[in-house]
Amino acid sequence: MTIGWILAAAAAALLLVWGVLVYNGLVRGRNEVRNAWAQIDVQLKRRHDLVPNLVETVRGYARHEAELFERVAEVRARAESAHGARDTGAAEEALSRELGRVMAVVEAYPELKASDNFLALQEELASTENRIGFARQAYNDAVARYNTRREMFPNNLLAGSFAVAEMFELSDEGARSVPVVET
Amino acid sequence: MWQQIRANRRRSVFVIAGMGLLLLAMGAGLGALFGGGGAALGFGALAALAVWLMLWWTSARGGDDAMLRMAKAREVRKEDLPQLVNVVEEMSIAAALDRTPRVFVVDDPAPNAFATGRRPDKAAVSVTTGLLTRLNRDELQGVVAHEIGHIKNRDVALMVTAGIMLGSIVMLADLGARALWLGGARRSRGSGGGGAAVMVIALVTVIVAPILAQLFYFALSRRREYLADASGAMFTRYPEGLASALEKISGTRVVQADQSRVTAPMYIVRPRTARAAHSRSRSRWFSTHPPAEERIRVLRRMGGGAGLADYLQAYRRETGDPLMRADDAESVQTRGAAPAAASGTAAAAPAVSAREASDALLRGSGYAWRRCASCGATAKVPPGVEGLVQRCPRCRAPYPKSTS
Repeated sequence: MTIGWILAAAAAALLLVWGVLVYNGLVRGRNEVRNAWAQIDVQLKRRHDLVPNLVETVRGYARHEAELFERVAEVRARAESAHGARDTGAAEEALSRELGRVMAVVEAYPELKASDNFLALQEELASTENRIGFARQAYNDAVARYNTRREMFPNNLLAGSFAVAEMFELSDEGARSVPVVET
Repeated sequence: MWQQIRANRRRSVFVIAGMGLLLLAMGAGLGALFGGGGAALGFGALAALAVWLMLWWTSARGGDDAMLRMAKAREVRKEDLPQLVNVVEEMSIAAALDRTPRVFVVDDPAPNAFATGRRPDKAAVSVTTGLLTRLNRDELQGVVAHEIGHIKNRDVALMVTAGIMLGSIVMLADLGARALWLGGARRSRGSGGGGAAVMVIALVTVIVAPILAQLFYFALSRRREYLADASGAMFTRYPEGLASALEKISGTRVVQADQSRVTAPMYIVRPRTARAAHSRSRSRWFSTHPPAEERIRVLRRMGGGAGLADYLQAYRRETGDPLMRADDAESVQTRGAAPAAASGTAAAAPAVSAREASDALLRGSGYAWRRCASCGATAKVPPGVEGLVQRCPRCRAPYPKSTS
């Protein structure tokens, strides 16, 4: 009799421990996904901060492109103040387009392309685009891990309150792709 | 991926436990040789454990900075070497490390790199100046990704623990050999027939344990190198970068300045010694690193994929023996993620075609494409969960009822 009770209590305790472990694992996974998503935003911000630098450097050589620089400043401001994923996506895409134009202008100035300042900037731009790419990759990896953990038996019995996280890629490549930086 | 690494850690823990047993056997053997009797056996084992604890404690106090000092590494900042620091930061993002490791440079014309730091938040990545001058950005990224892999997989803590065990065993064996040489004869004269058998077993233990421990240690080290390669390929999504870097590093004939045997296992490729520059490699069983040629071949056989599963498959094809259970890796799905462009425009074109290829694969396996009407993002939805994906992952706008 008592042995039966002890066994039952032990089983219940084990079940409880298992439940806590699974739950905590799912919470950890969900937080990983959220952090990874936040990281993408951090890297987009880094890109915004680079734009004035780029413009200043190119302006020194290509003064007559004032109109282009104005437009860049404008789309950058829009990208920076964009709220919500939809606005952000559109604004980033516009920014990428304008940055592409700036790079096209640079092509016409060999001495600018060879300047230390520009080379340093080019490294920063390439790195920023890499960071955005890697942040997105880390996000997708986190989502894959989380979803697997969430869907596997027997975890799925407990995972009811955890939403499926969606892997995704942007089809409007402009938003998060490498602007053309000739090397 | 990290569940897999953890699963693999379990095997590494077995190796460590095996070394621990060897250490205890070593102590017991010495106890039998010098004391005789059951109490001496236990006392010897305890003494061995004490030696190990003492060494471990000393190294924990001296810490990772001691290793960096030994290698004569100096810390660099963004202003000094922007590209190197950028690459380290990029790979920390790819590995989702909470904190970017510190970056160090070693003045040495021989190309090499290593990671230190028992805990990921106190980690550091060091590269030699020879590495910086020889590698292009993609290759540097591959090497740094390998080192970040070591940090993410907690290899430093593991190898330090194993190294100290090996050190204790070797030290005890050395001690035993000296003591036997000086005063062993007196001891053995006193023991009878049954004692002789014990003595022989004890003697064999003392001789064999250090050799076995070395084999364990080297096997562990090689396995962690392969896993770090796999992580590196996964973080960059570009195995060729690391492969090409390994080719350049192993192809150099410059003798490395850092010849310490303590720091040797940390490097991405075993430091070239003056001796090895003349006579070619020693036996692979007594090496901390797998042959570079083999690592390169595995990386190059990964085909289009860059995930752990792809690496394991390539490894099995190359060596005919599994690095770890394949089903451990099955749950890792990395193909859905686009390969991040390596650097500049050179890599942009292949990245696009790799995306197209992966899209075709996904379409073939029944993925549904859902384009959000409001923000333009496209979600690729795995088969079977369409019902669950009702909102755009980016802007949370609900999808229309009819799917495309």
